Amino acid sequence: MAASDYPAQVATAAAPARLRAGPRLLDGDRLFHALVGLLAASIVAFAALLAVYLVKDALPAFERFGAAFLWQQTWNPVTLQFGALPAIYGTAVTSLLAMLLAVPVGVGAAIYLAEFAPPWVERPLSFLIELLAAIPSVVIGLWGLFVLVPAIRPVQQWLGQHLGWLPLFSGPPIGIGVFAAGLVLAIMVLPILTAIVREVLWAVPTHQREAAYALGATPWEMVTTAVLPYGRSGIVGAVILALGRALGETLAVTMVIGNAYRIDPSLFAQATTLASKIASEFREADSAVFLAALIYLALVLFAITLVVNVVARLLVLRLSVRAIGHGQQGGG
Amino acid sequence: MPSERRRIWISRIMLALCGLAAGLSAAILVVLLLYVLVKGIAYVNLEFLTALPRPLGEPGGGMANAFVGSAVMVGLATLWATLLAVGAGIYLAEYGGERTVAVVRLVADVLSGLPSIVIGVFAYTLLVKPLGTFSAVAGAFALGLIMLPIVARTTEESLRLVPHELREAALALGIPRWRATLSVLLPTARAGILTGVMLAVARIAGETAPLLFTALGNRFWPNGLLSPTAALTLNIYQYAISPYDQWHQQAWAAAFFLLLFVLVLNIVARLVAARAMPR
Repeated sequence: MAASDYPAQVATAAAPARLRAGPRLLDGDRLFHALVGLLAASIVAFAALLAVYLVKDALPAFERFGAAFLWQQTWNPVTLQFGALPAIYGTAVTSLLAMLLAVPVGVGAAIYLAEFAPPWVERPLSFLIELLAAIPSVVIGLWGLFVLVPAIRPVQQWLGQHLGWLPLFSGPPIGIGVFAAGLVLAIMVLPILTAIVREVLWAVPTHQREAAYALGATPWEMVTTAVLPYGRSGIVGAVILALGRALGETLAVTMVIGNAYRIDPSLFAQATTLASKIASEFREADSAVFLAALIYLALVLFAITLVVNVVARLLVLRLSVRAIGHGQQGGG
Repeated sequence: MPSERRRIWISRIMLALCGLAAGLSAAILVVLLLYVLVKGIAYVNLEFLTALPRPLGEPGGGMANAFVGSAVMVGLATLWATLLAVGAGIYLAEYGGERTVAVVRLVADVLSGLPSIVIGVFAYTLLVKPLGTFSAVAGAFALGLIMLPIVARTTEESLRLVPHELREAALALGIPRWRATLSVLLPTARAGILTGVMLAVARIAGETAPLLFTALGNRFWPNGLLSPTAALTLNIYQYAISPYDQWHQQAWAAAFFLLLFVLVLNIVARLVAARAMPR
């Protein structure tokens, strides 16, 4: 593979006539090719290593609990009984809540920015929304804990008084919990969602719009009949990408969710997610099984986000990476 | 069939709602930003920047060790990740065959979609456990691993934007391909790559999850690169969830500096990108 398996001196001595490019130059090129190839391969190697190490270190927990880990509900470091269900539940509920809140706003914003905003409005607005993606998770968590949580307490009180008979709005309205986590997540996925959907809409050919207008559509009908259907797979991809981010978001959620390991249908309840469970207990894991159980959680999270991301990328394959690339990773 | 007037009104209302959604998104940013900056700057003073944390209950004290720790880890991460990533990006854009490129690209994209807490756990199993100590090295490794796929992909994208004539012109001058890549293509793509690196640095500077069990945090100066190290983000987290007012104030002050750094880097990155490629 490397140039050295064909020594330069031998090449020159054996074939003095073949001096087309000069053997040394050829060597440099081969060497460089091999070097950058190796660097590219290192990315694949790191990813493979990551999977291998997670599996290897989760093994003690896997041997002990097997797949039942996924639907057991206890988490007891004293008796060494561990199950992931409440964390999986919390992850799913907070992420779904976040998507429920963020998708209408994000898609709506993208429609406005891509279709109707004049350039002098579109650029600064897009810039501000993209900047939102740059705010570190821990800062959003800090703000969530000290500003958002006290602010939603009265909202929860009102909901509890008027709709408290619904299990969804039962329980003490203390602010910290699933509701706050969903809100914080919604804020965090909003920028990526808006940015990618905007790209998707920009990619819709103009003649689609013209055709809709020519048939007498109103601007909104043009959007719903011509633009959105055309960009459907891209929009679904954007939503799934945002979901992937929400699933793995760590710090901001850990700070506002209350970290209670139980399954409670109420939106006001304290809960936990896979990521926040790992974040809040990893340092305190004092036994091998406890640690392995946490790494098992990480493995579950890894598997979920892997599937979600691959699906999303297949859907938005044709998009430029620019929109998808930046600020995309599940932060913390 | 709804009447024409009704259709027009529905359209107007929906468009207004869309505009409202865009305005709301931007407003969230502005509110968040102003709140953190205004609240944070109130607790900033010289001691905060230059002193070590004081024991609980004693007023004053700062986070000098966390500033240094963050800078060291982000710096190390940028160093190793950028070197690797630019090379990988060159391979993806200039050398790789179609199939290998597709594989590497997919892996890079998947890697950059992984939650950073998973990366942190990986760095723990790979470096912290075998070395037997939490360290700045492990933290820098985790941060770099987050940066690696982002910079590799932006490098690839930037190189692909370089016109093909430039490659041909360089090769026509008789210089070898590697030389053409390094001294013609890379400088041409410089602005794009630089933008990608800056955005990635801004990203990792704000990361906390990968540092929780790699760098761990430290209330004193670290004892070299292979010892627990403080970081701004770790401090913000730890101080925010503590019950002490004094710590809350310091968390806001730290958030002020972190946010300022991230914002400035983002804005500069966009200026660089805009100057290189005017729309």
